[in-house]
Amino acid sequence: MSVTYNVNLKYFASIREAIGQGSESVSTQTATLQALRDELIARGGAYAEALAHGRAVRMALNQDLCDASAALSEGCEVAFFPPVTGG
Amino acid sequence: MSFTVSIQTQDFDVSQELAVLRAGDARVGAVCSFLGTVRERNDGSSVASMELEHYPGMTEKSISAMMDEAKKRFDIFAARVIHRVGLLHPEDQIVFVAVTSAHRGESFKACEFLMDYLKTQAPFWKKEVTPEGARWVDARVSDDQALARWGIEASNSTAP
Repeated sequence: MSVTYNVNLKYFASIREAIGQGSESVSTQTATLQALRDELIARGGAYAEALAHGRAVRMALNQDLCDASAALSEGCEVAFFPPVTGG
Repeated sequence: MSFTVSIQTQDFDVSQELAVLRAGDARVGAVCSFLGTVRERNDGSSVASMELEHYPGMTEKSISAMMDEAKKRFDIFAARVIHRVGLLHPEDQIVFVAVTSAHRGESFKACEFLMDYLKTQAPFWKKEVTPEGARWVDARVSDDQALARWGIEASNSTAP
């Protein structure tokens, strides 16, 4: 039986603009950042475009940069954003 | 001694920041700082203004982590990072990094390390307004290469 997690999603910069919102809450039965990204891509439209594989999308879990294999947990915060350009 | 980060819209006074950073610490014999400012041209276009976005919470967390790493690597006493966000124009101050140490070598190195780290690991994004319209600034491979010199692999600019 799959576990369901409530996840707080955040989007920044060009990804935020493409999706049209900066944050949303979702319930998911996915277990990793990669699977969650795939689930969002499966929504189609702007999600499929902004988060498409082959695009440079950086991911953070609970405000730490993580790779796609990082595991979700209940109430976690996941962010999707383009390469950073500060300084 | 103090290691502090500020993310702010307002401008800052460099000489005041330097004075505060080394105040009351007579061990200090070297203060090294870097100031980043907005250029009027980028990637072949003139830049009228730029908007800096960040990820509140993660920004402070990532810069604190890079200061912890700098403390481990270099013999330094204090460090200060200021990064502005919001609307900025050419000649404006954007980013400030300053470090104190007993001798110059450690603070020179730590200052450069902190800037190289910030460029590829801290969640800031620039959007420029040019005559061709507004555009998000692209990450540079050279910034990943700069961090690689310190033995840290960055893959900020690369697509998967």
